[in-house]
Amino acid sequence: MARLIAFRIAQAIPVMFVVAVLTFLLMHLLPGDPATIIAGDMADQAAIAQVRHDLGLDRPVAMQLWLWVANLAQGDFGTSLMLNQPVAEAVLERLPVTGSLAVVAFLITIPTGIVLGVIAAVWRDTWADTAVMLLALIGVSVPNFWIAILSVILFSVTLGWFPSSGYVPLQDDFGRWLASLIQPAVVLALFQIGYLARMTRSAMLDVLDQDYIRTARAKGVSITITVAKHAFRNTLMQVVTVSGYILSLLIGGSVVIEQIFAMPGIGRLLVQAIMARDYPVVQGTMLMLGFAFVFINILIDLIYAYVDPRVRYD
Amino acid sequence: MLDVANLTVDFRVDTGWIRSVDDVSFSLDAGATLGIVGESGSGKSVTALSLLRLHNDRATRLSGRVSFDGQDLLALPERRMRELRGRDIAMIFQDPMHSLNPVLTIGEQIGETLRIHQGLDRKAAQVAAANLLDMVRIPDATRRVTDYPHQLSGGMRQRVMIAMAIACRPRLLIADEPTTALDVTVQAQILELLRDLREEIGMSVILISHDLGLVAEFAERVIVMYAGELVEDAPARTIFEAPAHPYSEGLLRAIPSADVDTHRLYAIPGRIPDPGNRPPGCNFEPRCSLAQATCAASPPPLDPIAPEHRIRCPIRSAAKEVAE
Repeated sequence: MARLIAFRIAQAIPVMFVVAVLTFLLMHLLPGDPATIIAGDMADQAAIAQVRHDLGLDRPVAMQLWLWVANLAQGDFGTSLMLNQPVAEAVLERLPVTGSLAVVAFLITIPTGIVLGVIAAVWRDTWADTAVMLLALIGVSVPNFWIAILSVILFSVTLGWFPSSGYVPLQDDFGRWLASLIQPAVVLALFQIGYLARMTRSAMLDVLDQDYIRTARAKGVSITITVAKHAFRNTLMQVVTVSGYILSLLIGGSVVIEQIFAMPGIGRLLVQAIMARDYPVVQGTMLMLGFAFVFINILIDLIYAYVDPRVRYD
Repeated sequence: MLDVANLTVDFRVDTGWIRSVDDVSFSLDAGATLGIVGESGSGKSVTALSLLRLHNDRATRLSGRVSFDGQDLLALPERRMRELRGRDIAMIFQDPMHSLNPVLTIGEQIGETLRIHQGLDRKAAQVAAANLLDMVRIPDATRRVTDYPHQLSGGMRQRVMIAMAIACRPRLLIADEPTTALDVTVQAQILELLRDLREEIGMSVILISHDLGLVAEFAERVIVMYAGELVEDAPARTIFEAPAHPYSEGLLRAIPSADVDTHRLYAIPGRIPDPGNRPPGCNFEPRCSLAQATCAASPPPLDPIAPEHRIRCPIRSAAKEVAE
């Protein structure tokens, strides 16, 4: 097991390097000049050139890349142009917001998606299957910003059940923290629930067709136990794979949701930074999100080994 | 003990219902052995699965009577049927690679039968599982109990399947092509094991195979199936030495012999008709060398031609009568 972990981490290092370089290049492909924005509307050419020089933006791109990567290696993500604050600090401040949103949405998605998928598979071709598949189709087809707006109109404006925007930190008040998260988290989860339900259904149908399911029934195992013990454990591999992917998508999806619900998270920071051409923040945030995805994938690989005995020994 | 009467199985397909097994009847005494022979698509496995009602309920229609100790299994509520599966009637399958659950230890899978039917706790079931592994001659059984199926060879896996099936000392064991997926040397060992266990436990065995030689060697009585129908039912010796139905003859001729110098292996010409697309008369008529015009006209009946010997071939039945 320790060897597996070490191996996966060693594999992750080149991946992270590539992520860093791509992030940097992507940012420099964007049109727009941060120096112009920082210098202000009234600045003349000389002032802009001065700002550009101060930021090091007049150096060759290769040189800038080298400096950025070298600083990264020392744990220095740079300093924000718009916030006058170290990038790492700005991101870490906002991490709890995005983290809470993604985790709550994940905790809603996983059980709901799995239960719906299993129901659809076990009662295949019945009204239950049709209903679940229809819900899943709606979930994956309707854009979540639109659902978010409808949801705010119904639950915040008309019914007044949940706040329409903002975020209350967990340490201030648990109840209000949850209330501020429930609506955005559910909206964020809808797409993933639909996706997970469809994946679970097809994985389950596949397993229910296997010979060992017939063996279990020939032993006198009840349908419920056959599904829960013999079939479900065999779908776990696929469910775990999809779950990792879903967690990544939830973190990515929070960019839009944070905008709509005015939540001060990493996604919102990213959007603001892009608008302001705040290179260090955009690069730093994207890089950290990239690291998060790589980390999630390592975690998934380790869970495989736990779920499937064949991975453990091979 | 087991009496199957007019068993008919229909499956639902996109276009309606098709008949897979048609009016099959046979019986089996306690402690006896029966072989069911036929090529793929003959309905032998479908027949076996029907005895335990293991088909998908919603896509299958069963009719006739399967009487086991006087109760009709086809009329039993699912809950009662479940109690009977694995306890009174057990089954082993063709492909031991895929018939074991890959994520559960073999001890867990063998013990499960005992926990369901005899209420053993996890620990006692594990101990019993080790004893059963010993019974099916898996060396080092106590250590093997915690192995997963992928750590075992094909032959070992089939032994595990057998251990699982005999856990509750069933009165009937149905073995559906138990050796087909195995090496020849392993095949012999598995058959020998089945033979020994049958005597030890005193159970009846139904052995299903496409291999007439293997079945005739193992079973006292053999039924031959073709295209969903029973075409010959006779003692194993009779089938092997003097088969009466032309299809049984063909099956026998298709067994390569080491004694006779043959240049070409024999194969019955043509192939088995699809269910739903069977000829109006005798199912075997298109492939039969004895076929006459009457054969294609109407389905032939199953006639007794000797005590304990029935065939579905009017030509041969008539020839037999003339000879007598």
